[in-house]
Amino acid sequence: MPSGAGQYRTVPVGAREDGRPTLYSRYARRYARLVTMSTTAPAHPLQDVTASDGTLRRFLHGLPGVDAVGLEARAASLGTRSIKTTAKAYALDLAISMVDLTTLEGADTPGKVRALGAKAVRPDPTDRTTPSTAAVCVYPDLVAVAKEAVAGSGVKVASVATAFPAGRAALSVKLADVREAVAAGADEVDMVIDRGAFLAGRYLKVYDEIVAVKEACGPHARLKVIFETGELSTYDNIRRASWLAMLAGADFIKTSTGKVAVNATPANTLLMLEAVRDFRAATGVQVGVKPAGGIRTAKDAIKFLVLVNETAGADWLDPHWFRFGASSLLNDLLMQRQKLATGRYSGPDYVTVD
Amino acid sequence: MSDTSEKTGNTGNAGKTGSTGNPGKTGSTGKIEKTGRTGKAGKTERLSVFKTYKLYVGGKFPRSESGRVYEVTDSQGKWLANAPLASRKDARDAVVAARKAFGAWSGATAYNRGQILYRIAEMLEGRREQFAREVADAEGLSGSEAAAVVDATIDRWVWYAGWTDKIAQVVGGGNPVAGPFFNLSTPEPTGVVAVLAPQESSFLGLVSVVAPVIATGNTAVVVASERRPLPALSLGEVLATSDLPGGVVNVLSGRTAEIAAPLAAHQDVNAIDLAGADEELAKELEIAAADNLKRVLRPRPVDYSAVPGIERMTAFLETKTVWHPTGSLGASGSSY
Repeated sequence: MPSGAGQYRTVPVGAREDGRPTLYSRYARRYARLVTMSTTAPAHPLQDVTASDGTLRRFLHGLPGVDAVGLEARAASLGTRSIKTTAKAYALDLAISMVDLTTLEGADTPGKVRALGAKAVRPDPTDRTTPSTAAVCVYPDLVAVAKEAVAGSGVKVASVATAFPAGRAALSVKLADVREAVAAGADEVDMVIDRGAFLAGRYLKVYDEIVAVKEACGPHARLKVIFETGELSTYDNIRRASWLAMLAGADFIKTSTGKVAVNATPANTLLMLEAVRDFRAATGVQVGVKPAGGIRTAKDAIKFLVLVNETAGADWLDPHWFRFGASSLLNDLLMQRQKLATGRYSGPDYVTVD
Repeated sequence: MSDTSEKTGNTGNAGKTGSTGNPGKTGSTGKIEKTGRTGKAGKTERLSVFKTYKLYVGGKFPRSESGRVYEVTDSQGKWLANAPLASRKDARDAVVAARKAFGAWSGATAYNRGQILYRIAEMLEGRREQFAREVADAEGLSGSEAAAVVDATIDRWVWYAGWTDKIAQVVGGGNPVAGPFFNLSTPEPTGVVAVLAPQESSFLGLVSVVAPVIATGNTAVVVASERRPLPALSLGEVLATSDLPGGVVNVLSGRTAEIAAPLAAHQDVNAIDLAGADEELAKELEIAAADNLKRVLRPRPVDYSAVPGIERMTAFLETKTVWHPTGSLGASGSSY
């Protein structure tokens, strides 16, 4: 049993409060006999489901199906909460501190990345009580520039890697991409999974790739795994991808690249939040969540924070465990913050043009 | 009207459909009709169709975000309709819509803007009766007086339509300067203008303050007359069908003081026309407007039936002057 599991609100692994085995330990036990046991004891009860393609597929397909209507209704009903006054002020500051300020364009220049870094460190120069954002997110070749721009602040540098956004490259190329980014100083690596392999049912290939990338990240860089939920077609697939990535050692699971039509939605984020909650209940390992793309207004961001609090719990209401991948969101958050501070509606003339 | 029985069902005997009464008295002004006709054989009963007046924001017709309405009465105090009671959030949404529309509208050619303003006059011409009725109800005028007001209003649109591509010649031009430069001044629109429409003149006054704002390329957030908002809200329906891009004019109805305060303090509003504010409110709003240096047009007595002149256009224009070096223009040293 992993140390620290008891401090959470979950019951010890392998037993529920009523004494019956938990859902996931039942899966683990069912498949345990199908695999060749390794000589070392598994770190957590789900370790051995990844022993072969067959066991992994059976585990992932054995996950409970998603009630799509119920999921969307739940996400929609949580979006109706009214967050006002001091709670809103808290939520806006929290949301700002969770932003991964992102620029992922072919036309990115060192100058633009430096400007972005300056903005991440001090989002609102007119109000120094504004918190810094969590990170800046850039392409690997601009990591060094970004690192320099945020030097001395607490802002992290995240880099997309592994042939972002398509992920269609040989593993060696992807790993080289990751190593370059980490060597340049990236604190976080955002990788994309091989959706082609995932949709073809070759889960172990996806798993092995994530494990390899995690290894290439080294001991310090945190790994975010992007599913591109818009390309996974079903909620069941999103749930499977979430478990697959968490089993492979992801530090964060992230919805999308922001490069396709459907990006982060409240429903798919809610589903992933349920997955990280259940994963921690089963293994004691906490994994972060990052919705990315399509979140443009402060109102949307606050809806996501409500989802986090009501689904995963307050433990995730921290930039270490929850992020927004966004670029235009920050400006709206700042304008709302100015409105709260002054009582006057602000305008786009009072924030930077990105 | 004889085909109404097809829609509402014929409750009498099937032989005759009969007249359904005077549509001018019911229908769009939403006058209360106690009950339908007592159903004698051969007559049809028709339900009153009340009009739901709505705001006009960003080319759409939303209800107030607050869900509130207030009762609008005619000059005798008789109920006419419920109008939306807009909140500060409706004002905020209207400013966002106006800002979004500003780029394309200010960038359109003056000639094109003139065509669109003329198109508004054309559309109004086809709905003269409706507006005459609404103006008569709102301002307590007789039918012929109201018709004259509507005609004057349509003419006012045409007048400003003509000005769109001429104002630049009047207030801009080449300036003689002591040096080898072309020196050119051109008028440019100020931006998003909040317009408090006159309280008394609900239609002619409204158009007299809105048309000059948009003729020069500004976009407008209009707060309709508090007690007489119906002609303004109906004007939104005309604007929506006149090739005017959504968001160029946004019409709000409600308490002027309530909506005007956030507009005057709004950092993304560039100017405010206080025509519909009383002295006390105007002072308050002007103080709030100073914060981001809004241009302010103070209220003053205006005869809206007179020829307006160009003051209301120039009030919301900025002058851009460009110095363009020409070099020496000849041995004589002459220059332009």
